[in-house]
Amino acid sequence: MARPPNAWTPAVGEPAEDRLVRELVTPEGVDLRVRLAETSERAAAFLLDAAIIIVGLIVLTFAAIAALVGTGGNEVSGQVVAVIWLLGAFLARNAYFIFFELTPRAATPGKRALGLRVAARNGGRLTADAIFARNAMRELEVFVPLTFLISQGSQVDAWLDLLGIAWCSIFVFFPLFNRDRLRVGDMVAGTWVVKAPRRKLMADVAETALAGQVAFAGRGAAFVFTQAQVDAYGAKELHVLEDVLRRTEARTIAAVAERIRAKIGWLRGESESDYAFLDAYYLALRGRLESRLLFGRRRRDKFDKP
Amino acid sequence: MAELRLKSVRFRAEREADWLRLEALVDKAERGSAASLTDEELLAMPVLYRASLSSLSVARATSLDGALIDYLESLCARAYFFVYGARTRALDRIRGFFANDWPAAAKAAWRETVASAALTALGAISAYLLVMRDPEWFSTFVPGGLAEGRGPDASTAALRATLFDTHHDQLLSVLATFLFTHNAGVALLAFALGFAFCVPTACLMVVNGCVLGAFLAVFIQHGLGVEVGGWLMIHGVTELFATMLAGAAGFRIGWALAFPGERTRVEAVGAAGRQAAVLMGGVLCMLFCAGLLEGVGRQVIQSTAIRYVVAATSGVIWLTYLYAPRGGGPALARG
Repeated sequence: MARPPNAWTPAVGEPAEDRLVRELVTPEGVDLRVRLAETSERAAAFLLDAAIIIVGLIVLTFAAIAALVGTGGNEVSGQVVAVIWLLGAFLARNAYFIFFELTPRAATPGKRALGLRVAARNGGRLTADAIFARNAMRELEVFVPLTFLISQGSQVDAWLDLLGIAWCSIFVFFPLFNRDRLRVGDMVAGTWVVKAPRRKLMADVAETALAGQVAFAGRGAAFVFTQAQVDAYGAKELHVLEDVLRRTEARTIAAVAERIRAKIGWLRGESESDYAFLDAYYLALRGRLESRLLFGRRRRDKFDKP
Repeated sequence: MAELRLKSVRFRAEREADWLRLEALVDKAERGSAASLTDEELLAMPVLYRASLSSLSVARATSLDGALIDYLESLCARAYFFVYGARTRALDRIRGFFANDWPAAAKAAWRETVASAALTALGAISAYLLVMRDPEWFSTFVPGGLAEGRGPDASTAALRATLFDTHHDQLLSVLATFLFTHNAGVALLAFALGFAFCVPTACLMVVNGCVLGAFLAVFIQHGLGVEVGGWLMIHGVTELFATMLAGAAGFRIGWALAFPGERTRVEAVGAAGRQAAVLMGGVLCMLFCAGLLEGVGRQVIQSTAIRYVVAATSGVIWLTYLYAPRGGGPALARG
């Protein structure tokens, strides 16, 4: 739909995000609408995890060396360091992911930091074998390409390495080429990575607005909007207004209040503050839209019929 | 003031306490485990979850408070993952794995295992024949690092020394660790490469066989056939078997990808992948045993006869454990 140049930019339901929303119908029959993680977020989570693993190994090494020097066992120190790096690196690169994804949060520290978690694609239980499978595939997606990258061949070998890198790229960049952002491991294990951020329950804007209104009304002035004035906007604009009121930036408030006044033809009163006006308009608009909602009429945005 | 409030605001005020209680429970459950919840809390969880889910439906239909709907969606999703998520205890899971899942996965993949064994044998026999005819082939099959001077030019005495050498300059645990991680890496690779329509896994199996065949040829040419058998087989039975199983796991995935049958490709690969993963878990256990046998057992046991006994015993144990028919009901629910 062609949009007038001065339209508000949408805050919810952006098409870019909707591409990643998937249906997850619970046994109770409610669609939870899970949102898949972006490839960039998953890459960031992996880099965080890799950094944690490497730092952990380095710390472990220094601790082991310090302990050995302390006890005077210089002879075997090299071998203990070897064991740490051989077994530690192996365990870290394999067990780290499996261990953390088996916990109730189903996420490594890196994923947790980005608000991601692993889930079974069919909405069922996330089983241990699925977690093992998705992480065993990392061998193909991370370590094989790495060995090709660090191997230094000459002539024929170099060409082979180049071919190897090209071949590995298929697996490394696999998530970019399917709409569910699955990596090879996800595909093999029947899992995907979804966003499951922890959100706090924020105060309802309608409550704070109402409190402000009551105080305002006590001083003898009240906002009364006509039917036509509250029919100027739809749900999308209401959500933008909600965001504006939550953010409480004076300049935005002033600009938005001015825009609404112009649109609905409201004459600014003597002692009328922008904040009080927006509060009142938010309440009136939401009341109107919600009562229409109860009659089964959802007005999506201002272009929708009232 | 009460009559001024919107219906959706009153709706929220009435149910808010339940949502916050559910959030606190989910937080607690995510921090620890199911065990950290009291019985009372465990019973309350599904009730609160269903109440919140119904709130979400109502809110979507009647409320225009965007933040509230976002909150309820995230809360319900988190609670959903917990209520319907895996809550088998780790110990039960491990017991189920060893008692049922692993042998069942190995049995299910018997065709692929036979194929792996055949490919390994093919590699071994061809490399053996080639090296017997012309020792120059040896360096083609065995990379320098692995040969460690055991080439065709080495004297019989030198070769014999490598078979009965006690690496005193190295801690046995280091050697065992190295061997385990190296072999486990190769096995995981064989598994993961199966995804590329089986071909790289098949190559890996043949190459593995070639190295074996070339080694055998060199030692047999010097009349050390029996001794090298003991040296190899003490851990080789376990290790080769594990490698073949890893190859079988890889084949299973690649085969499901190439020929998904009546299911969709993604579904078929998913089902095969989970079963192959169970098998791989078993393979890693076997390789751990093999690493101990190779790194410690072989250095400590210097008698060829005892080496053969250990090899035969390990072979019998693995075959009976994995393939012997067992009584009992259906496999424990995995998870």
